[in-house]
Amino acid sequence: MTVESTAARKPRRSGAKRTSAGNAKKQAAGQTDLVQLLTPEGERVEHPEYSIDPTPDELRGLYRDMVLTRRFDAEATTLQRQGELGLWASLLGQEAAQIGSGRALQTSDYVFPTYREHGVAWCRGVDPTNLLGMFRGVNHGGWDPNSNNFHLYTIVIGSQTLHATGYAMGVAKDGADSAVIAYFGDGASSQGDVAESFTFSAVYNAPVVFFCQNNQWAISEPTERQTRVPLYQRAQGFGFPGVRVDGNDVLACLAVTRAALERARTGQGPMLIEAFTYRMGAHTTSDDPTRYRSAEERELWETKDPILRLRTHLTKQGLADEEFFAGLERESDALAKRVRDAVRAMPDPDDLAMFEHTYADGHALVDEERAQFAAYQASFVTAEEGI
Amino acid sequence: MAAEKMSLSKAINASLRTALENDPKVLIMGEDVGKLGGVFRVTDGLQKDFGEDRVIDTPLAESGIVGTAIGLALRGYRPVVEIQFDGFVFPAYDQIVTQLAKMHARSLGKVKMPVVIRIPYGGGIGAVEHHSESPEALFAHVAGLKVISPSNASDAYWMLQQAIGSDDPVIYFEPKRRYHDKSEVDTSAIPAPLHAARVARPGTDLTLAAYGPMVKVCLDVAAAAAEEGKSVEVVDLRSMSPIDFDTLQGSVERTGRLVVVHEAPVFLGTGSEIAARITERCFYHLEAPVLRVGGFHAPYPPSRLEDEYLPGLDRVLDAVDRALAY
Ligand SMILES: Cc1ncc(C[n+]2csc(CCOP(=O)(O)OP(=O)(O)O)c2C)c(N)n1
Repeated sequence: MTVESTAARKPRRSGAKRTSAGNAKKQAAGQTDLVQLLTPEGERVEHPEYSIDPTPDELRGLYRDMVLTRRFDAEATTLQRQGELGLWASLLGQEAAQIGSGRALQTSDYVFPTYREHGVAWCRGVDPTNLLGMFRGVNHGGWDPNSNNFHLYTIVIGSQTLHATGYAMGVAKDGADSAVIAYFGDGASSQGDVAESFTFSAVYNAPVVFFCQNNQWAISEPTERQTRVPLYQRAQGFGFPGVRVDGNDVLACLAVTRAALERARTGQGPMLIEAFTYRMGAHTTSDDPTRYRSAEERELWETKDPILRLRTHLTKQGLADEEFFAGLERESDALAKRVRDAVRAMPDPDDLAMFEHTYADGHALVDEERAQFAAYQASFVTAEEGI
Repeated sequence: MAAEKMSLSKAINASLRTALENDPKVLIMGEDVGKLGGVFRVTDGLQKDFGEDRVIDTPLAESGIVGTAIGLALRGYRPVVEIQFDGFVFPAYDQIVTQLAKMHARSLGKVKMPVVIRIPYGGGIGAVEHHSESPEALFAHVAGLKVISPSNASDAYWMLQQAIGSDDPVIYFEPKRRYHDKSEVDTSAIPAPLHAARVARPGTDLTLAAYGPMVKVCLDVAAAAAEEGKSVEVVDLRSMSPIDFDTLQGSVERTGRLVVVHEAPVFLGTGSEIAARITERCFYHLEAPVLRVGGFHAPYPPSRLEDEYLPGLDRVLDAVDRALAY
């Protein structure tokens, strides 16, 4: 059958070399069980289990979401290079996975992201400028998770999958017909927290969808360093279904996530979606991918670009003309400018802000330290004023 | 081999290289330690030279990394584990605290745990959440663990050699904002005992005790104080478990005053323990209460506020002045 099952029968030594041939085979094998509705050439194809019939407006909307998200991401990367942000985690290449899954959500569904879900945030209506505060270093979040049902970014790998599961258990207890979605990466799949979230969600039949963006890398470590079976197959051992979807196909991501959320909402329990995609850029702006991966690998994935394939489809089907694309370009420029201006205008927090919200009910030690620190800071001002 | 000037991170790299060369049982394990050479490049080139069986890229799972290191140690290996950043040690905290620390005692001394856990720690590099914390007190509180932190390249080199040679588990905190600071390393010297404190600058009016990233700040403070005619002694503790109270006591008996400085929150921190012990040992020598300077009882702030949060020259000088005013 697949390369992976051969590997499972004949495990290589842990130190075994990873060849590029093995890599290519792995990708080919991945595609044999990959849900796809739009080919890299922009052709619509059918899938027996997952179908979708988007209107031209919806198709153009998905395209617009992806283009604006990519532009926002590019602008953030530039702002980091210009010293306006301390760090940026780019989603370049993962737009279809995020917009497809994000547009499958209903308003009452709740999202638990990692630190890279800028496209999902976009779909939830979180103002993109709010995402930049933590990367600029002015806050640890920057938005109210409850106003868009979009939780704060989580940096500790895998933690949020348990929060999502617990939240979903609460949803079920409340008898609500909404679902919860947890995002994480292929690297995160190795964490104990993720395994425990699978256990809890299965045992309590929690309405949670696990959306793993397998972008092939966890910083420098390839997916083979995390698992010897395709990730979606993990679900089976925990007692719920898993499916692998072409993560660069926005329609497939939309269709599969919609189905999984619907399952969850109707009391059928958790489901794991593995979106098979690629991180086109560096892990973050601090990373140097040339140390661990080849240029050819990236070039191969560029031929599967999620935005290009929908553009080809729209053009071929006569669903969008030059005027549409030009209008979108203008909209992108305006978004980039708005983001740039907002970041540059973002004020540094007040010195005393670091004491705020340590406790909800207050705490005598914090009050004491805050007062001491305020007096200390004030002593400089007094000294400068020569009082 | 003669002394050579190198950065603190290069010294750790050289130390790991020496350890791998000298003992085939030494293993390096962690996330991204192989081809990438670690996110700080501390393990740069080691996998290339010693192979993937000795310098092991692990799955992204800290509990797994430390738990399997324990098993490897049971089998006679000497794993040196890298945790990528301070805030990411906690998934492994259970293994470290409930297993690693207690194995020797539970086996009535039959089982040795020669595991070193390297953790880049501390702030001042403009990072996002969980990348700037100083959790050393949480480890020093646990019996069975040894906790150390070098402040310069020479100590970084030698203390790591000694930690790897130790049959006890050692938590080796690397002051990440000092990674690029260069100093002399003599790889043929005879090093000081691993847990001995060092008088980094002699003085007569007051003792500043610090370790890791704060030693440099305290040396700067001593230099600034000297310009005002105050003679400040700086003691580099080097080890937070055990703490060399004898050296510290000797210093305080000479100066009569002590200020302890660390980045970690002051409340229930290393400085609290030092203040209590030194008060017991030096009650009749002290001219002023032992003061502490450190972080606040608040989460480590976003990076735009870390200069306010971290003890800098001004805050330490302020404490020096207060102690001298008694
Ligand atoms: C518990 C923990 N360990 C280590 C890290 C450092 N780290 C940040 S991102 C990352 C790789 C994550 O890979 P993956 O889960 O595949 O997600 P991706 O970033 O590729 O989307 C690592 C090791 C962390 N944030 N948390």
